Amino acid sequence: MLGDKSKKERNLLCMHNKFMNLIAIFEAINLKVPMKILVCISNVPDTTSKINFTEGDTKFDTNGVQFVINPNDEFGLTRAMWFKEKQGATVHVATVGGPQTEPTIRKALAIGADEAIRVNAEPADGFFVAKQLAEIVKNGGYDLVIAGRESIDYNGGMVPGILATLLDMNFVNTCIGLEVDGNTATALREIDGGKEKLSTSLPLVIGGQKGLVQESDLRIPNMRGIMMARQKALNVVEPVEASQPTQDQKFEKPAPKGQVKLVDADNVGELVNLLHNEAKVI
Amino acid sequence: MSVLVYTESEKGKFKKSAFEVASYAYKVAQDLGTNVTAVAFNANDEASLGNYGVSKVLKISNDQLATFNAKAYADALTQAAEAEGAKVIILSSSADTKFLAPILTAKLSAGYVPNVVAAPDSTSPFVVKRTAFSNKGFAHTEISSDIKIIGVSNNAYGAMENNVSASVEDFNPSLGDSDFTTKSVEVDKVAGKVSIADADIVVSGGRGLKGPENWGMVEELADVLGAATACSKPVSDLGWRPHGEHVGQTGKPVASNLYIAIGISGAIQHLAGVSASKTKVVINNDPEAPFFKAADYGIVGDAFEVVPKLIEKLKEFKAQNA
Repeated sequence: MLGDKSKKERNLLCMHNKFMNLIAIFEAINLKVPMKILVCISNVPDTTSKINFTEGDTKFDTNGVQFVINPNDEFGLTRAMWFKEKQGATVHVATVGGPQTEPTIRKALAIGADEAIRVNAEPADGFFVAKQLAEIVKNGGYDLVIAGRESIDYNGGMVPGILATLLDMNFVNTCIGLEVDGNTATALREIDGGKEKLSTSLPLVIGGQKGLVQESDLRIPNMRGIMMARQKALNVVEPVEASQPTQDQKFEKPAPKGQVKLVDADNVGELVNLLHNEAKVI
Repeated sequence: MSVLVYTESEKGKFKKSAFEVASYAYKVAQDLGTNVTAVAFNANDEASLGNYGVSKVLKISNDQLATFNAKAYADALTQAAEAEGAKVIILSSSADTKFLAPILTAKLSAGYVPNVVAAPDSTSPFVVKRTAFSNKGFAHTEISSDIKIIGVSNNAYGAMENNVSASVEDFNPSLGDSDFTTKSVEVDKVAGKVSIADADIVVSGGRGLKGPENWGMVEELADVLGAATACSKPVSDLGWRPHGEHVGQTGKPVASNLYIAIGISGAIQHLAGVSASKTKVVINNDPEAPFFKAADYGIVGDAFEVVPKLIEKLKEFKAQNA
């Protein structure tokens, strides 16, 4: 077993050396085409927002709500910046939304994206949004599409997967780590109770989340970035025809919680009793 | 025209959620006047699905599918749906299922609604209740497409016994190389530890525990209860616990029967993420902590005194009720 292992390692080292030589040759004759990345951005209420509904509970009440880049998308955008800085990738961002979403997409430009595209339509449902983005990806020839695993407002969690399938691209969901080398990609995916390493290839779509980069890696745009963002292209395109198979008819808020039942810290046995006899959960 | 249900298994054994989605499918089938057909991949004891209302099981035995592969599983389910002429497909809310659901949706040009928490409001029009805004609200969503896919939240509808005799048929989907362009290399899972998604009880710790070295009692409490361990966002950001344990709006949602929060103040994002849990217990030394407003039971006290006592009392309780 040990012998096998060291043989494997030697082989790997040998392969690695050969590979590095190849890379050196490729770089010398400038054959490595940098990756083209599209990061899909959803414009969502800030995580601290209190959620209210209006117009007879048929609409989300945006009154007084601050909008931000969807957190799952922001982890992906930051990873895309890494690919830009380390591997020379080009990074575009796209969103489906009205003119009110432009401050959010400008923020993505200020963080470092090169160009932005806004599809001028309300994001009616996940299928509709995926169709719009598929059109952008098809026309833009992107190698890698990074979207969030879900938006924190409507939680559909379907846009990246539908988009990948419509365009016959590879797809990894709940992605918490991504390396790309040439045409090959290695992705880490969160599974229930652990993680899974996957090997795949470009063109690829991921549904990303925290883990792609850490919270501390997220960037706050600086003044220079904000100034530069004003010069960058924000292209507005009109939507393509697409069906909308789902419609939210009505919203409701969770029922208010009753008063908490306090148990004395010196009488912990009472909690066990309540959990067994009253709540019946143990 | 049957209602199709994907019944998930692990190492041949059906998961608890498989019985929940089968029960949900039975309810929908009754409303539509039809039967339930289940699709089971490399599972044992398929006929047991009959206890939850399944009339027919399409049994897939295929070594290529021994490890979960979203594209290949979605392709097999698409072929099953087409063979059955299914108009409604019921799925669970596991990480694997949420991976394959959008692929299935696109292949069938279906309408997909995940995180559904109750039986349909109505089947004509087809309207379901789901969580939205990361558990800060609910939406009643109409699905108007010909084929409808519903992802049922874990622990929401429950498993209900409906004794039906289930016939088992072999089903051989035709799969090609294009189904396996993304391959599993390695699965890293802590053996013998219950995952947050599958857990009936979750024990969670926050910054109030002061440091990663103090997690021993959280682990021990979880052990006694057969619970999963979790943590708040600051704890995972500080690197005290792995990211996979972070629960809340940007982490994992929790929908357990019992959620015990220790040293967690209860930021709005955290409360949203755990709000689907049925019973919530908070242990915190600050009586003003927002979590007390969202909890069912609370103890104001020092976690380092309360938790060891609770472990002791639970051990006594277990000894008496063994």
